[in-house]
Amino acid sequence: MLIKRPDDLKPSEITPRAFYERRRELMKVAAAGSILGAVGALARPVRAQNETLGLEKLPNVAKSRLSTTEPPTAYRHVTTYNNFYEFGTEKTDPMQYAKRLKVKPWTVAVEGEVAKPRTFGIEDLLKLPLEERVYRLRCVEAWSMVIPWMGFEFNALAKLVEPTSKAKFVEFVTAYRPEEMPGVRLPVLNWPYLEGLRIDEAMHPLTIMAVGLYGEVLPNQNGAPVRLVVPWKYGFKSGKSIVRIRFVEKQPKTAWEKAAPNEYGFYSNVNPGVDHPRWTQRRERRIPELFARRETVLFNGYGDQVAGLYAGMDLKKLY
Amino acid sequence: MRLTAQATSVLKAIVFVAALVPVTRLAVAVAFYPEWLGANPAEFITRSTGDWTLRFLLITLAVTPLRKMLGWHWLAGFRRMLGLYAFFYGLLHLSSYVSFDHVFDLAEILKDIVKRPFITVGFLSLVLMLPLAITSTDRMVRRLGAKRWLALHRVVYVIAPLGVLHFWWMVKADVTEPAIYAVIVACLLGYRVVAKVGESRRRTARGGRAPLPQPRPNA
Repeated sequence: MLIKRPDDLKPSEITPRAFYERRRELMKVAAAGSILGAVGALARPVRAQNETLGLEKLPNVAKSRLSTTEPPTAYRHVTTYNNFYEFGTEKTDPMQYAKRLKVKPWTVAVEGEVAKPRTFGIEDLLKLPLEERVYRLRCVEAWSMVIPWMGFEFNALAKLVEPTSKAKFVEFVTAYRPEEMPGVRLPVLNWPYLEGLRIDEAMHPLTIMAVGLYGEVLPNQNGAPVRLVVPWKYGFKSGKSIVRIRFVEKQPKTAWEKAAPNEYGFYSNVNPGVDHPRWTQRRERRIPELFARRETVLFNGYGDQVAGLYAGMDLKKLY
Repeated sequence: MRLTAQATSVLKAIVFVAALVPVTRLAVAVAFYPEWLGANPAEFITRSTGDWTLRFLLITLAVTPLRKMLGWHWLAGFRRMLGLYAFFYGLLHLSSYVSFDHVFDLAEILKDIVKRPFITVGFLSLVLMLPLAITSTDRMVRRLGAKRWLALHRVVYVIAPLGVLHFWWMVKADVTEPAIYAVIVACLLGYRVVAKVGESRRRTARGGRAPLPQPRPNA
């Protein structure tokens, strides 16, 4: 390699004297400018603690003794930070892109091993007895929230279609609409998103179909107009924007099981004793806390009610 | 483009300050405006510092190809600072993992490093940066001798791919972003392979030995 000696400097390459003499000052201006620019780009208006989006109110919602008394996570956090991969894999993608989802009209087909298969309009579902359920939500990614959902118990819906003795499992299918869901263009998961529960899990009184949040109808990003909520399982088990519910005989293969069977099992009960292959499940971060200082509890603290469902099962194998 | 020594030092100062913008922004947000960082500030900080570690690594690796292709030899003088910034953001990244995610539970952290491949490679890549940071001073270049110093600092060719692998294995399903980083690293390292092959061809064609590369510790 030859080291070139510089040719004679051309006058045009010499820093102008005025610039050179003021170099320190100019540097300060440049630095201040870049910092101010970065700061300004970040400053977004912040909504007050429990200010909602002002969506349609849900009347006649009863309180429930199944609710936790823990303080709920702010509405703005619940609605700006979640996973809904149909709209993108970033946590802020759902709030940005879910506006495109047309939730009216909406129907949910309930079929399979049932005596009376039926397609419900969302207006039919809203007539079922609604309750407020303040539940803990534990995401498989080790963060958690406390969310005041409004909804009805899944068993109330099941009664209307009369499951047969062959109905051993229930499948929940999320809407798949490429024109309204930018995230489904990428084959990140096997679309449409499919989740499943064993029939006794589905019929448990804690399992609800949520239609509201903070007293209003669900915002699109949280799974409008109707979604599943299973509080003792990791969040991804609770499918959003449900269009089809099938009672089936065989255990379904869920979307996440297909994507990564060693990471996501069919049961996916919250369990601090079974780590995700890539991170510990021993502790969790309650949004918006900085430190993940909370110890995660088996069945997300709902063990008193649901542990019986898993008596005699090896939860380390059937994770 | 050629720069005078004065212009280079002005530009260096600008780069030095600009490279502090990401960490300043995080510090200001944590201290005064946590809402800027969204619902999960810890995740924001960990991701942001991780992103900047990778970006500074790639920028550092881009110095030599750009210098050669454009003939901007003054760029060499920026390499040390950029590399040290990669290390700086790497340390911040590690600190946020140790504090926010594990609340300083050292036993759990060690278990994590041994057990989880994505943590293992991330940690390894940061550990490998440590000797490079320590030997980045002019004095250390002289003490080691140019040849050994150069050989040691080639470890960066391992550090950068490990960093990208760490990112790749971390994501849950969508690998678009790590894939972009992987392509850039492949180009930057590929350039060096091609340049090396070209050089040895020319050397054989001339029938003589090329002079030994002269290290240029920063001016």
